[in-house]
Amino acid sequence: MKSKAGLMCVSFFAFIVLYPALFILIGSLMGEEELASNLAGILDKSVDDYVSWSLIPKECSIESYRQIMLFEPGFFVLFWNTVKICIGVIIGQLLIAVPAAWGFAMYDFPLKKVLFMLYIIFMMLPFQVLMLPEYLVLSRLGLLDTLWSVILPGAFSTFPVFIIYNFFKGIPEEEVEAARLDGAGEFRIFFSIGIPAGRSGIAAAMILQFLEYWNIVEQPMIFIDSEEKLPLSLYLPNMNLENAGIAFAAAFLSLIPSVLIFRLGQESLESGITATTIKR
Amino acid sequence: MRNNRSGYLFILLSLAGVSVFLMLPYLDILLKSFSTGNEGVSIGLDNFKQILQNEAFRIATKNTVRFIAVCIPLLLILSLAISIYIYENPKLGSMVKTSFLIPMAIPVTSVVLMWRFLFDDNGILNGILCSLGFNTVSWMNGSAAFWILVGSYIWKNLGYNIILWLAALATIDPQVQSAAKLDGASGFQRLFRITLPSVKNGTFIVVVLAILNSFKVFREAYLVAGDYPHDSIYLTQHLFNNWFRELELNKLAAGAVLDSVILIILILVLQKCWKKGGTKL
Repeated sequence: MKSKAGLMCVSFFAFIVLYPALFILIGSLMGEEELASNLAGILDKSVDDYVSWSLIPKECSIESYRQIMLFEPGFFVLFWNTVKICIGVIIGQLLIAVPAAWGFAMYDFPLKKVLFMLYIIFMMLPFQVLMLPEYLVLSRLGLLDTLWSVILPGAFSTFPVFIIYNFFKGIPEEEVEAARLDGAGEFRIFFSIGIPAGRSGIAAAMILQFLEYWNIVEQPMIFIDSEEKLPLSLYLPNMNLENAGIAFAAAFLSLIPSVLIFRLGQESLESGITATTIKR
Repeated sequence: MRNNRSGYLFILLSLAGVSVFLMLPYLDILLKSFSTGNEGVSIGLDNFKQILQNEAFRIATKNTVRFIAVCIPLLLILSLAISIYIYENPKLGSMVKTSFLIPMAIPVTSVVLMWRFLFDDNGILNGILCSLGFNTVSWMNGSAAFWILVGSYIWKNLGYNIILWLAALATIDPQVQSAAKLDGASGFQRLFRITLPSVKNGTFIVVVLAILNSFKVFREAYLVAGDYPHDSIYLTQHLFNNWFRELELNKLAAGAVLDSVILIILILVLQKCWKKGGTKL
């Protein structure tokens, strides 16, 4: 009895948790007329009615997707902006954060504890705390109003260092010492022991950062002015609901890569998250 | 652990960037917070006095603190309860985990689109309330907005925290659990004597990441309600953005420094509380 109630509870939660994705999909498959009549309460303030919604569309139609392909070239420009930001940040972090995490995890050097504590603090600070001086730095570098204004600071974020650090910490010291006795150099050890052992931690950090930058709002909002350089996350919410079908289709198209990458990397993500809590 | 300087080589590039984009900016903002006038004419605490008397700063700080104070315990308890349930019913396992994790991958844009239909004055929820004969609620323009934000935060972060707790739970020796069961320890006794003490170690990280993620609800709040949302969800991030746009740079600097000091104290206290935690240096 107790476990039945528990199961009900968990399934109820699971439904709530999954519903928004379903909602977007359903909306994107509704025909224009059905959407218009469903949403009359919001679109036309003179109509005194509420939004009505059904679990499945009366008639499935891919009209909204056709329209976005044909009439919304802007969507794809912004979609690519988001993709470029994500790829740029991730490549940067792979080159910068992975070695840094290794340095913190494997060596003792003066000021290490202080520096790592600073990294944790900078990881926690909301963007707005440093937005003013960061704006000045980017302006001096001539990067304002370019995608680089988001990518470059993003490449140096300390969050992935922290996540990957916890992973490298799990590598047994004897293994590293043995390699040293065999005469392997420090960089050799990093590439032949560190990277393979830390693979899923690195993957987890990169997936988390992909999800972060796929949804980036704060930085482009301040650093980017030109509309054609904005990422998708700033454009979609401002879409006119007159074209609700297009808005739904756009939202679903931006959901696909995100969910896909998440599912592909879920296992590493889980083991990566896991490594952050377990002391080994 | 080798005590040598090749460590510096590995962190060099990262440290350079962190200096340019984080450390120097922080020193800059620290300096600005103590100086008044555009050219830093005089040094003093004027900016701090000014913002402490500022109504908007008080509201925004109160909301941000309230949000963290409500969300973090709620998230920790809810996710711990669900993960203990999953831990004790391993058959459910991966499917449940996946469905709780999916919200992490749902872009903020999709969430916001749904909000606009769900919580509009003529939206779906009010339609349901109306058809059941209740009074409708002005969701986004009332104190309900705060709780919508709380719900959205829990929704997004539940899965992540469940994974964190499950990892900690997995370290419990199953024999200890079954021995306690044989000795007639009740579910609650086992929870407080065995389960909770053994997940304690991971708590520092869990809390730190939960606070970190709590700042991200600004996205939903901003994308749905813009620069000036209802008072109950006017967060420090809204305020700082508005100060930035209005060129109230002295106030912005003082506010930023004050907030960061609170945050740093919080991190240090948390770390002290869980000295034996996962990120032992």
